[in-house]
This record gives sequence, structure tokens and C-alpha cells, in this order.
Amino acid sequence: MPPVFSRLLAAGVLFSAPLAFAQQKATIGKPASQDKIAAMNLTVFPDGRGLPDGKGTVAAGKEVFKEKCAVCHNDHGEGRENQYPPLVGGIGTINSSKPIKTVGSYWPYATTVFDYIRRAMPYDQPGSLTSDQIYASVAFILNANGIIGDNDEMNKTTLPKVKMPNRDGFIPDARPDVKSKR
Amino acid sequence: MTDSVDALKPSRRKLISLGAALATLTGCKKSEAPSMLGAPLSKYGNRSPSEKTERLLPPEGPTPATGSSRTPLQDSYGILTPSSLHFERHHSGVPVIDPAKHELLLHGLVEQPLVYTLDDLKRFPAVSQIHFLECSGNGRSEYTAAPAATAQASHGLASCSEWTGVPVRLLLEEAKLKPEAKWVIAEGADPCHLTRSIPIAKLLDDAIIAFGQNGEPLRPEQGYPMRLFLPGWEGNTNIKWLRRLMAADAPAMTTHETAFYTDVMADGKARQFSFDMDAKSLITRPSGGQKLSGAGSHEITGIAWSGRGKITRVEVSTDGGKTWKDAALQQPILSKAFTRFALTWDWDGQPASILSRCTDDSGYLQPTQDELTAARGHNYGYHNNGIKTWFVKADGSVTHAASV
Repeated sequence: MPPVFSRLLAAGVLFSAPLAFAQQKATIGKPASQDKIAAMNLTVFPDGRGLPDGKGTVAAGKEVFKEKCAVCHNDHGEGRENQYPPLVGGIGTINSSKPIKTVGSYWPYATTVFDYIRRAMPYDQPGSLTSDQIYASVAFILNANGIIGDNDEMNKTTLPKVKMPNRDGFIPDARPDVKSKR
Repeated sequence: MTDSVDALKPSRRKLISLGAALATLTGCKKSEAPSMLGAPLSKYGNRSPSEKTERLLPPEGPTPATGSSRTPLQDSYGILTPSSLHFERHHSGVPVIDPAKHELLLHGLVEQPLVYTLDDLKRFPAVSQIHFLECSGNGRSEYTAAPAATAQASHGLASCSEWTGVPVRLLLEEAKLKPEAKWVIAEGADPCHLTRSIPIAKLLDDAIIAFGQNGEPLRPEQGYPMRLFLPGWEGNTNIKWLRRLMAADAPAMTTHETAFYTDVMADGKARQFSFDMDAKSLITRPSGGQKLSGAGSHEITGIAWSGRGKITRVEVSTDGGKTWKDAALQQPILSKAFTRFALTWDWDGQPASILSRCTDDSGYLQPTQDELTAARGHNYGYHNNGIKTWFVKADGSVTHAASV
């Protein structure tokens, strides 16, 4: 018997240890702390899970948008042709011959707007906005599309309740959809 | 070591002085025939300076970090794409990542949230698999009235590599998925943290976390130091620079699975979570922009691939689709990988329309462009796998348009 085993045996450890090992096999990955998870987790679900504390109004969003977003998306979110996409307008065009896809006309969930701004915007400084600034800019964009009122506030309770115009516009993949014959 | 030092030009003397010295030391005799010493050994190889093929970049725009570059399929041999020519699609540029500091977090609906380093991943049994990767927007111009002029411009958002990595299943087993976990949210470490929701069944099937490509570590533009690789699925789901996997009971409905990478049908409804890449074939030679040297025997060759399995048959027509001949399929024929096909053609010097169509092992036959449009309408942008025709003119030039 190897010396280390005999010492463990003498200490009475070996009798109980194998059972414990069987229950908890060592993993290659290291346990992740709740702090690390909280620091890395950016995901917001359509039901609002993942939304942080904070709030923003349309009026506050107008200022944030002017300072942080308008340089690309233009003063009223109308975008710049062939450069930066419009965020506003196009509602009712998706089934036309020339769909105009914007946050207002196409995006099915308002929570996605928060999620995307938080992870990816502003384009050259992603991650630089506070939760209040994000809620405010979401409020501004939704209001500019006529989806929420001028005095509505966005927060983790109100945002998931916003119903987007194209909420029911998506269907599952139906491919293979063409049965070609030889 | 050669001994032909007397044939050297003055400008080359410095380069070969060591060789000359060694030749003297080792007592080699001078040769009668003039020749020159080759270049010395090198630590990292490069191609011949005579070879110039490269990725095709888009026109300059205001956001060069967002966009795509395309593989020169018309210049490629066999089924593998050199890593340096693999197509790129970035949404906020290529991040600089220190592999020693990069971590992958696995959390959500698991019993034990875990963190993995690159070294940790290499402790698992690795697999190496040859698979194509294709952007779902590849061939988008084929839906339009102005298809792109070359194989690279029209279909170059597809490449094929050997990918080495760890089955995702092994990590999920370690962390112990909870029964209510149905999706995994996968997120990149690029500045925009591109994120897609992936059904758990794919991750338990053939998905890997890849750290190797064609025998070397992933290139930065392919997700260094680790990426998700989902064989046969649309490119953007293969999250590069992978930093987080979150098991969940529902998809997150991220921007890149709602606003983008969804397909609007004629009635305005949009198909979502269109993961599989349908079977597709493309003649790469002769193809748009090339020129046949004259009438007579030419090899028609190209590639075929399917996100649903193996290619079982490729047919080629040289008369606009009136008659078809079976092309030879070159080995290896692998699932969800490029398959090389070839057919010898005796060109009579007359204008000809050449096209190919493939069949995969699900029995699916590549459709015509008209059949696709009839089923999907005119607002569909992604997942174009229609038959591609090239037009050979009497002077041997090959174009993408019958009227050019």
C-alpha cells in the first residue's frame, strides 16, 4: 500500500472518502462564482429576466440619443442611407414589395432593444452607457415609433410589457421548402 | 547545398555568402551548369510571390470593422480552404485576445456553473472534423436582378476547414444540465458581444468548441482562441471568440435572431431560427471572369456541400439545363463538408450555358433560382442555394449574365 494511503487509512479517511469522490467527480472546469456570473451575464429575455434596476424617460432619452446615437442614426433615428440603419418608421411595410425594417416595424420584442444597446452600442464604445441611459434611449426609440407615450417610463417592469407592432410576425423555419424534381 | 557559386550575379552575393563558404569548407566541386542557390530555411512559410489570389473586400464604408470578405473559390483546389483565405464576417471587428486571460463561462440552468480556460479545454478528448462554414447571406445577389460577376463575389462567403476542438456535450455533462434547459445562449467576446440562442439538441449532437483550424490555432478572424462550431449551420450561429454559454428554458430573442438573419416571406411573415444550410453546388472553373483558351477538352470542376449530410450526386449541364451528365465526385466525400466534383467537357467553341445541381443523402435536390423565388417571394435575403449558371462566350470568356 502506498504510504499516503496508509496514512489516510490510519486517519480513518479512506473509509468514507470513496463515496464522496463517486458523488463529486472533479470537473475540468473551475466553479464559477456568482460575482463572475453577474459581471459577465448580459442576456435579457423577452419576459424581462436579466433586466437591471434603473429607469429612463422619453425626455431623458432624447438627450442621450442626441449625445450618443445621432451621429450615426441621425437626429430622429431615421438613419443615414446606405451607411447606418433607420431605427424609426416603416410600420406596416413588411408585407409590401419593399419592406422597411426598423426597430418599430420589424423587431418583435422591446427587451431586445435594451439587450442590444447594452451589449453593442454605441458602435465605437459598447458597454459605456449606464442602465438609466439605456432605458432612456430605449424609451426615446419606442416613442419615436409611436409605440409608447410621451410620458411613459421604461424600467424592468414596464419594458417587457411593451407589445411591439411585429410581435406576431415570425414563424418557424419551414425548409426544406422547395421539392425540386429531376 | 549546391556548388554553383560561379554563376551568381553580384546582387545575390550577400545572400549566398554563407552557402559559398560552406561549399568551400565541405569541398564541393563547382558545377558546369549555371544555377542559383534557393532561399534559406524559414520559420514561418509563405506562398510563392507569383501567387496573388486573396480575399475580396467590400467597397470602403464608414464602418470597416463590420462586413465580410470572400474566399476566392475560383482559385481553390480540392476541398480545404487555407486559413488565410477563409471568408470573414465581423459585426464589430476582430478583437485582440490574450489566450492566457480568456475564459469561457458556462452557467444558467446547470447544477454547477463552470469556467474554462483554453488549457482546460485541451484536457478533454479532442475531435478533428472537416466541415464547411457558410454565411447564410452567401449568394444573396442571386435573388436580385444583378447577380455578382465572379464565383468569389457571388458565393465566396463559404469556406471549408478541418476544425479541432472539444464536443460541447462534454462540458454540458460536467456542469450537469437541468432538465428544463432547452436552449443555450452563446455569446462572443467581440466588442458587440454577438449572441445567438442555440437549441440544446444541436449542442448534444455534433457541436464543438473549436480551438484549432487546419492544424494550427484558430486565426484571430476565425475566433481565436475559441469558437463555437455547429456543423452545417448558418455561419453567424458559430459564435467566434466564445466567452459565455448560458443554459436556458427559452431563446433570448437576440438582435441577430430577430432583426437580422430572419427571412421575410411574401406575406410579411418572417422565418426564424433557420439554422441548416441547404445543399448547394457551384462550378468554380470555368466561372465568371475566367477565359477558356480555346475549343477542345476542358475540365469543369466545382464544389458541392450540404448542411444536412453528404453529397451523393452532382450533375452538370453544358446546354442550359436541357441535358445533364453525372460529374465524378472526388474522395473524400464527407458529411457537411465541401465535396469536389469534376467532368471533362469537349467544348465546340460555341456559346454555352454551364450549370451544376447536387443531391444530398436526405434525397434533397438543389432547386432552380425560379423555384426558390416562387416558394419564398422576392423579399427573402438569406439561404439562397439556387442553381448557378455561367455563360461561356464564343471567345472563351465566361460571364455571370447571358446578355453580357
